[in-house]
Parts: sequence; C-alpha cells; structure tokens
Amino acid sequence: MIRFQHVSKRYPPGIDALSDLSFEIAPGELAVIAGHSGAGKSTLLKLVAAMERPTGGVVLVNGQNVGALKRAAIPYLRRNLGLVVQDQKLLFDRNVFENVMLPLSIAGFPPREASRRVRAALDKVGLLEREKALPIALSGGEQQRLAIARAVVNRPNLLLVDEPTAHLDPDTARDVAQIFRDFHQVGVTVVIATYDSPLFAGARRIVLDHGKLAAAS
Amino acid sequence: MTAWLHQHRDALLLALRRLTATPLNTLLSLLAIGIALALPAGGQMLVGNALQLAKNAAPAPQISVFLSLEASRQTASEVEARLTRHPGIRSLRFVAKEDTLARMKSAEGLADVIEVLPRNPFPDAFVVDPKDEAPAAMEDLARELKKLPRVEHVQLDSAWVRRLDALLKLGRTGVMLLAALLGVGLVAITFNTIRLQVLTQRAEIDVSRLLGATDSYIRRPFLYLGTLQGLLGGVAAWAIVWAATLWLRAPIGDLAQLYNLSFTLHPLDAADSATLLGLAAALGWGGAALSLRQHLRDA
Repeated sequence: MIRFQHVSKRYPPGIDALSDLSFEIAPGELAVIAGHSGAGKSTLLKLVAAMERPTGGVVLVNGQNVGALKRAAIPYLRRNLGLVVQDQKLLFDRNVFENVMLPLSIAGFPPREASRRVRAALDKVGLLEREKALPIALSGGEQQRLAIARAVVNRPNLLLVDEPTAHLDPDTARDVAQIFRDFHQVGVTVVIATYDSPLFAGARRIVLDHGKLAAAS
Repeated sequence: MTAWLHQHRDALLLALRRLTATPLNTLLSLLAIGIALALPAGGQMLVGNALQLAKNAAPAPQISVFLSLEASRQTASEVEARLTRHPGIRSLRFVAKEDTLARMKSAEGLADVIEVLPRNPFPDAFVVDPKDEAPAAMEDLARELKKLPRVEHVQLDSAWVRRLDALLKLGRTGVMLLAALLGVGLVAITFNTIRLQVLTQRAEIDVSRLLGATDSYIRRPFLYLGTLQGLLGGVAAWAIVWAATLWLRAPIGDLAQLYNLSFTLHPLDAADSATLLGLAAALGWGGAALSLRQHLRDA
C-alpha cells in the first residue's frame, strides 16, 4: 500500500526532517507512526498525501510514485485517501452536514447519493443528531469526529491521521481511537501519527527518532 | 454530465452566497461598476438618438439654386427648362419669390422686418433633387449649375448633414474610447474583489485542495462571482441610463419643439443593452480570471 525507499526530506536551510527512511505498510494494516515531537511524523504523512515532495528517495502509494506526480494529478490521488490533519481544518461557516458533504461535492457525486453517504458517515462517528450544528458549537471530541467523518465519507481505502487525540481527555481519546479500529476492522489501511501510541495497542509500530527509523515492528 | 451541471450550480449558489454575505461591499462595488459603465452606455444612448434624429431631419440631400433678384419670370422658365433637361437631376421644384415672401411674413418676428423693406428681398429659386447623392457628385453638380445664366447662388443643403455625420462619428469614437477605459476600470475592480475573496476564503481553498479539489473546481465559484458582479454592474449601468433617459426626455422634447422637430429620447435599444450586459459580464469574468492567476498560483 505504502512503500518508502530511502526517503529523505530536507527543509531549507538544511534541516533534515526525514533521512534515508525505508519501510512498507501492507494493505489492510493498522500502523502507528510514533516518536517524539519533531521526529518527522507529520512530514511522513504529508509525503504520502503529496502535500510535500521528498528531496530524496521514492514514496510509492498503491504503486504510484507520488513524489513525481504532476500537479494536475494530485487531486485524484487525494480523493482516494482519507485525511485527518492535526488542526482538523473544519470550515466554521458551514454546518456539520455541509462540512462532510464537501469531499463529495468536489468529487462530483450526485446530491441524493451524496446525502445518503454523508448521513452514513455521520452515523458512523455518532454525529447524526448534530448535522445542522455549526462546528463552533461542537466539543473538541465532536470536532475530531467531524473531521473523521469528512475523511471517510468517500470511502477511501487508506486513512491518514495526524495526532487524532491531541487535546482530548482520556475517555474521549479512547472513543476516537475505537473509531479508527472499526475502520481497520472493515479492511481500511489506517496510518496514525501519534505521540500516544499505547492508545493503539496491538497496532504495527513505526518509531521515528530525529527523522530516522528507530524501530519497526 | 449531471455531475458537471451540479458542480456548476453549486459554484453559482456559492458565488451568490458570498455576494450576499457582505451586502454593503457588494452594493458599493456594483455602484462603482454601474456608474463607470453608465458613462459609455449613456454616450452610446445619446449618439444613437442623434443618429435617429439626423435620419429623420435630413430626408434627402438637396441643392438650392437661387436666381438673381432682377431675373424675370421669363428667365426663370428658361432656367427651369434647362434644369429639367439636365441628366444629373432627378426632379426639381420651383419656389416663386412671392411664395417665399408670404412664408417669411407668416414666420414670427420676421413680419415687421419685412414690412419695412421697400421691395421683395427674396429671389426666385429652384430646389433640385440630384440623381447621384454622393457628396462629391453633388458638389460637381452645384459648380455646374452655378455657371448657368442668371443663377446668383447655389447652396448645397447636404453640407450640414455631412458635418453632423462627422460629428456623430467623432461622438461614436469618443464613446468607444470611454468604453475601453472604463472597461479596464471594471477589470480592475473585479481583480480587487476577487483578491479579497481569495484572502477571505483561504481556509476553504486549503481544505478543498486537501480533499482533492482540482484547480478548476476551486476557481469556479470565484469566476462566477466576478461574472455575476460584472453582469449586475451592467444592469446597474443600464438602469442609470434608463433613468437619465426618462429624466432628460421632457426637456429635450421641449428643445426639439423649438426647432420644429418632434423627437422623443429613447433608452438603449435591445442590441445595445445586450452588448452592455454581455461586455460587463465578460469583463467581470476576465478580471476574476486575471486575479485568480495572480493569487491562486501557489495556494
């Protein structure tokens, strides 16, 4: 599903976020990218989603070299992944339903089918009752669930998640973690960057230290 | 195909929502565009009306041939015979000096003046319709007629028509120049509106990119917004010109009455209106496209 071959990423002026990183994540795996703050976890996810390009090596996603993708091809790559970013990036001028609708509008789904899928996704994360609410009225945990619903609404086979439990209390964090386990159960490849890896006990662990692979199970 | 239609409908609705989200800003932009476009549109309206007036007031160009005061009725008949035979003349009308005197006496203000004159100051005259109405041909004919015996003066009645024609051509060029200048103004206004919109919608643009939006998906609502703003500005300009027409109609009608012309000022005709709205929308689109190229490049 995902293969890194001697990947490095250097930001100017010469800061190595990742260096000579090689690993592979198989389809259907639940993988946790662990490591201290600044170890390069977010950078790794950004390379997979083509938000950044590697300065060395090759990143393959579904056999596709995403570092070499043309600008015009990137949107179609992203439509096949679910992305939950660290700051969630919800649209605060649109309600819950409209936020989840956005990926489907972008992909050009017919409205009736799209509405059905939006409700299914909201139901999955337990937000169906709040579809008319604005994100600002949601709690931290609910906002995180909304971000998850938006990431999974077009049924990607790969889910990339960056620090999903930051700022959440332990109980809420456990609930959110359970949602990702559920997706893993139904065959979705889930890659989670987190400092709180014990929360995902039993998952495959890829540990980064200063941009280098420190341990992998 | 339906997906494509849905996306366009969504983009249009989003553009409308953004326009109405800041009503005061939108209103001011529309007013600025409306006033800017009303200048050339109003000019076009005036030129169009003047053309209409010229067409009505100057039916066919004619040549007036005046005999000398001493010419007798006998001489007049001889001249008439020669004119009738002339191959360059289609028809002619004799105006006797007595008739001219009678007509002038009935004119207001002139009666008293004419009364004190010792004798009829008007000559016999012919009004000639030439076969060839081209200005050069008419001038040749006039020169030729002037050489006839007992012909004192030949006047080309088309001269003022040609002057008016030249004046209207100048007016039309002026309107085009104005339209070009203010068209650039419209593009500039739209450019700025879209720049501000891109800044305000930065979050939405970023999120859409992350969710797999193509460039054209992201541009679409902004292009609709620019086009809509241009179009509505065009409607504002049309309304301004229409109001001005109604306002000016009565005073201009009165003025025309003084020149014995029956004339009503008309608003922009259908073709000019369509051109105004079409150009306004197209320039709005152009301004938006330019702005997006500048401000969305690396967003």
